[in-house]
Amino acid sequence: MSPAEETSARTSARNGWILSIPALVVLGLAAVGPLLIILLYSFLEAGTHGNVVWAFSTKGWSQILWTKDIFTDTYVWADAHLSILWRSVKLSLLTTLTTFAVGFPTAWFIATRPPRQRAMWLFLITIPFWTNLLIRTYAINEVIRNEGILNVLLLKLGIVSEPLHLMYTDVAIFTGMTYVYLPLMVLPLFAAIDRFDMRLLEAGYDLYAGRWQILRRIILPVVKPGIIAGSILVFVPSLGAYVTPRVLGGGKQMMLGNLIDLQFGQGKNWPLGAALSLTLLVIVTLALLYYVKVANGEKRNG
Amino acid sequence: MARSGFSVSRLPGFATIAVLAFLALYLPILTLVVFSFNSEVTMGNWGEFSLVWYQKAWANAEVKDATLRSLTIASLAAVMSTVLATMAALGTTRRAAFKGQTLIYVMINQPLMVPEIVTAVALMIVFGMIRTLTGIHGLGYLILAHAAFCIPFAYLPIRARLEGMDLTLETAAADLYASPWMTFRRVTLPLLMPGIIAGAMLAFVVSLDDVVITEFVKSAGQDTLPTYMLGQLRRQMTPEINAISTGLLLITVLMLTAFFLLTRKND
Repeated sequence: MSPAEETSARTSARNGWILSIPALVVLGLAAVGPLLIILLYSFLEAGTHGNVVWAFSTKGWSQILWTKDIFTDTYVWADAHLSILWRSVKLSLLTTLTTFAVGFPTAWFIATRPPRQRAMWLFLITIPFWTNLLIRTYAINEVIRNEGILNVLLLKLGIVSEPLHLMYTDVAIFTGMTYVYLPLMVLPLFAAIDRFDMRLLEAGYDLYAGRWQILRRIILPVVKPGIIAGSILVFVPSLGAYVTPRVLGGGKQMMLGNLIDLQFGQGKNWPLGAALSLTLLVIVTLALLYYVKVANGEKRNG
Repeated sequence: MARSGFSVSRLPGFATIAVLAFLALYLPILTLVVFSFNSEVTMGNWGEFSLVWYQKAWANAEVKDATLRSLTIASLAAVMSTVLATMAALGTTRRAAFKGQTLIYVMINQPLMVPEIVTAVALMIVFGMIRTLTGIHGLGYLILAHAAFCIPFAYLPIRARLEGMDLTLETAAADLYASPWMTFRRVTLPLLMPGIIAGAMLAFVVSLDDVVITEFVKSAGQDTLPTYMLGQLRRQMTPEINAISTGLLLITVLMLTAFFLLTRKND
């Protein structure tokens, strides 16, 4: 590089930074920076009326797994936390699997429509995607609550004599999450299938492959990046879900997001809340790093 | 592809599942909308078609207040995030890769990656501290928080638009002795406009829809429409909530339709 080119490259880089800095400042103030406070708070002591006392403590972290038995003064497993953690992971995995089972055929269907129709079907998936999450959760609430449309219909048709009690159960949360996160699975799957070369299928059939073999040996391996992207996009918000379990779980069936909320509210244990937040953040980051690794690997392989 | 006979891309059962999936996506929303027009309170009785719940919502001072606040926050946050995102997009596209560019990308996209509840709790702590220290209350905190998480949504369409524009016109303008500012105002900005409008609309919708961060950052009496609704869902519900939801739904659909027309025409 000549000195002149080097100067111009440096000017260009400097301008790039100058133009980006205002956005970075706002993000630093109201998105990235505050995360550091959480790290700090997770190592402080809980105040009696909420907030923190400025003294070092690792209780916030240990309380995730262990709790002190006030009668025997020994540490025992924090069953309540563990069951909530387990529910969060279990429901998130179930949601991811179900949205895939439904989302893959849906994405395939959209991608194999004639171009004109395809835009319409895609638009139909996009509307729920951008519709307020609370409204969609409330819509599910309208369907499954005791006086909801499902029970009204079942009662009128005489299929059940008493309304089904679906609200405030794991099933309700699972149904709600599958409903609200389905578009997040369909969109990346569609993007992957859209790029899929249908001639590969002809080649497969020419070589006497059956439909099942075509699906398993050709389609799924080729669209794998889309599958992983969709799974991460569904798993990550499911794990951190707050609104859906709050509305459909009714504070009885909590998920991690609600447990965090509880610590900053009635629980009055901010360090534990901070430690739980970081735990969630770490799991999410690991999932995203895995995605980046797989995506880059795919790119390198062509 | 031949319509008749064997189609290689056809997989048995897929079309059925897809159609069922679309029904499953739309029936609950449809139910919600239909029952906003029911004169009766319960879903078991269909009285008659009526706008009574819309009138109730319209006359509800809390709803009016929350709507106004939602629109104020969404407008200001959309403007702020769009200006910042436009600048950042100009800074990170159409120039040689520079050191730290990845860091800028990561920071801009951070709100898309960190679970909302974590950001919400963090902001509650930090803004709570600032409130106690300065004694300043008001909507500023909510607007700042919304502007921050709207940045990536505004940034994406603007960046996409910029990447599709080559530098020839700007070079031509410079050759004709236009100052950098003149070139920007007369050449870059008009060409970039559809991306900027699309970005602003996405930011507006995203801000209008936010529940979690608003719920934790707001102080007493600062409900937005979604947090007001969340509060109501704990109580005895009436179709008034359906009416409010339908209104909000309508805004979203209108904005999205406009967004699609805008981005499609300029492809």
